[in-house]
Amino acid sequence: MTKFMWKMVSVGLLLGGSLPWLMSGVSFADDDEHDRRGKTEKSQGQLDVAPVTHEKYKQECGSCHFPYQPGLLPSRSWQALLANLDDHFGENAELSAAVLKELGDYLDKNAAEHASEKRAIGINRSLGAQETPLRLTTTTYFKRKHHEITAKMVQDNPQVKSFSRCETCHTQAAQGSYNEHDVIIPGFGPWKD
Amino acid sequence: MKHSLLSSSLLAVSLVVSAQTAPLEELLARYQSAGASSFDATRGAQLWQQTVTPAGEAQARSCGTCHTDDLRAAGKHARTGKAIDALAPAANPKRLTDIDTMEKWLTRNCKWTWGRACTPQEKGDLLSFIKSR
Repeated sequence: MTKFMWKMVSVGLLLGGSLPWLMSGVSFADDDEHDRRGKTEKSQGQLDVAPVTHEKYKQECGSCHFPYQPGLLPSRSWQALLANLDDHFGENAELSAAVLKELGDYLDKNAAEHASEKRAIGINRSLGAQETPLRLTTTTYFKRKHHEITAKMVQDNPQVKSFSRCETCHTQAAQGSYNEHDVIIPGFGPWKD
Repeated sequence: MKHSLLSSSLLAVSLVVSAQTAPLEELLARYQSAGASSFDATRGAQLWQQTVTPAGEAQARSCGTCHTDDLRAAGKHARTGKAIDALAPAANPKRLTDIDTMEKWLTRNCKWTWGRACTPQEKGDLLSFIKSR
């Protein structure tokens, strides 16, 4: 074949190869959650993570901070946390053996690798097999999702202070929904992408 | 007819009253079985004031660090600032009514504040102090 024909073939391959991507509406330029039809996720749609249903868990693990849904971390992370409650990020959060067992069972059963909700699946998939995060906020997945959030909005914002306080900005967090369209950052207003 | 109605309502009232005081008394009885002698709110008050500075920490800790020294006032978590309901039963009737709750917090807070578990004697003295406020 002539040089011209090779050029045509390679251009054709390039175009042909990129056509499905152009058609699907996927944009690599932004991190927005768009499904294949280019529509944004509905706020009331499929859950990001199953809400907490265990009353004892809410009581014991939600009296000082937001009761993080079990689906947000893998089972090995929950086990590591429960095994070290006497030094729980600087606090003593010890529990009796009976309560520990009850909560451990609930967390294990509903942990990220056992969940069917999409964020739980996403979080689990993003972790290396040897990775046992004790905080969701330190994971690559979390950082990627929050990469547009400035220190002014969180750490240096007296109304927020920490990424660990999900419920402060994610107005539907307790319902298991972390959709960006429900985000209202205190002092800044609704999140606009 | 009148008599039995009166006595059954008296019985009901006394059962309710004894159910309300039973948890603390039962817990104190357990502490005595574990070796404690009689309890004293004044000793408890001294324990309340005791300060310990854990190794590597800049700040000393006492019970009042989070609970304040006015047990009828709301306290505040030393690090997070989260509000803590008043400890004195006179200000907060839910206090000292559940054995598991009392044990849980004494286990945690003795260790966090003093770096060690409290003895049954200390726990009983502290609870007696809290009750008296």
